[in-house]
Amino acid sequence: MNALELVGLTKVHGTGVNTFRALDNVSLTVGPGELVAVMGPSGSGKTTLLTIAGGLEAPTEGQVIVRGHDLASMTRDQRAALRRSSVGYIFQEFNLLSALTAVENVAMPLELDGCSSATARRLSMESLARVGLSDRANHFPDDLSGGERQRIAIARALVSRGQDGQHRLLLADEPTGSLDTVNGDAVMEVLRSACDEGASGVMVTHDARLASWSDRIVFLRDGVVVDEAVPDGPESLLVGDHQ
Amino acid sequence: MTIPHALMALLASTPKYGLRLKEEFEASTGAVWPLNVGQVYATLQRLERDGLVEASEVEGELASQKLYHLTKAGRTELDSWLRTPPDASVPPRDEIVIKVMVALTIIDYDVLGVIQTHRRQVLQSMQSFTRLKKNSKNDLAVELVVDAELFRLEAMTRWLDTCEARLHRRSRLPKPTVPALAAEPGPVPAKRSVARRARGR
Repeated sequence: MNALELVGLTKVHGTGVNTFRALDNVSLTVGPGELVAVMGPSGSGKTTLLTIAGGLEAPTEGQVIVRGHDLASMTRDQRAALRRSSVGYIFQEFNLLSALTAVENVAMPLELDGCSSATARRLSMESLARVGLSDRANHFPDDLSGGERQRIAIARALVSRGQDGQHRLLLADEPTGSLDTVNGDAVMEVLRSACDEGASGVMVTHDARLASWSDRIVFLRDGVVVDEAVPDGPESLLVGDHQ
Repeated sequence: MTIPHALMALLASTPKYGLRLKEEFEASTGAVWPLNVGQVYATLQRLERDGLVEASEVEGELASQKLYHLTKAGRTELDSWLRTPPDASVPPRDEIVIKVMVALTIIDYDVLGVIQTHRRQVLQSMQSFTRLKKNSKNDLAVELVVDAELFRLEAMTRWLDTCEARLHRRSRLPKPTVPALAAEPGPVPAKRSVARRARGR
């Protein structure tokens, strides 16, 4: 089952002469284990696409299908439940609560979903282990580096009851925006590994280095998909003449 | 990268056979730059001729092999090369830059299409390099070589992005009109004035 299907999405803001088409008939499918990057300049519709994919905003036209569920056919509560069980968000600014420790931040969505504290903590510790931060569980965000904070945010995006965490849809908006190269790579390795283990991801970015971690790059211009890129084979990297 | 200096660097710690040099060269560049055996031996012959390496015959099981050592002159040359900055006086010509600039000279040509084609190809290469880095299992040589390639390619994508943004901006600006140009103060009136003054003298 595909993690995400966007079918003919159009999003129109404003009315009359002030009409602005943020997205225009965009279709995109993200398979299990796939990490798709959406690239484009500011104002190309990247963030609109992400918020619609996550059910935070409704399209003017088109369908959003998350793990087989058509969001338009669901009630608001059902959509919220689906978001909690199947979708994780990763923002540029981490969005961690500074008064809570790392493990408490990760556990919060589970506890909001009615999970017992003990279970939420156990699952959160497992999620922190996946991002290599078990030893930071009881640290507060302010005591952690930017890269560590973002890996905590990914642990929070991945945490789920049962085995669902392996198959979550991760929606990331410039996830390494304020990090240096080495810390950014560490964050992307975690995101990439999560997808290799069965999660799926959509990452919007204008950063080519970030996009290069993906399986597929979709280019958006003025709300329209204009092109796609998939990696060359490794043989294309082997060049002989460096005299 | 010049192969002679890379081979001398590999000989700086211990003497080595030609085949071993080939293997170590490829390992040190993350196998991104493969080298054939013929290139290695041809280079070693030139270095030996120039007195930068010496070879000694070592008897093997089937035949004798040449073991290469770095000479004192070779070490001096290697040290000098490592510390000499590359020639930055002539900017390198990049084929993508040339192609975009040429496309711009053709009336009504799809320059944005040219830009997107190169952007896609550059990003495909970046995806492949990133996979290589991810699969390198923390091999420092691979990480550093791939980082260098990624930064170079990223710079090209940023230039292509900037090209596109400038073209869009230019297409939105009103075209200059003839009267506006004529109204600008130019050199002609000044010349007339000088001529008039000259005639008046």
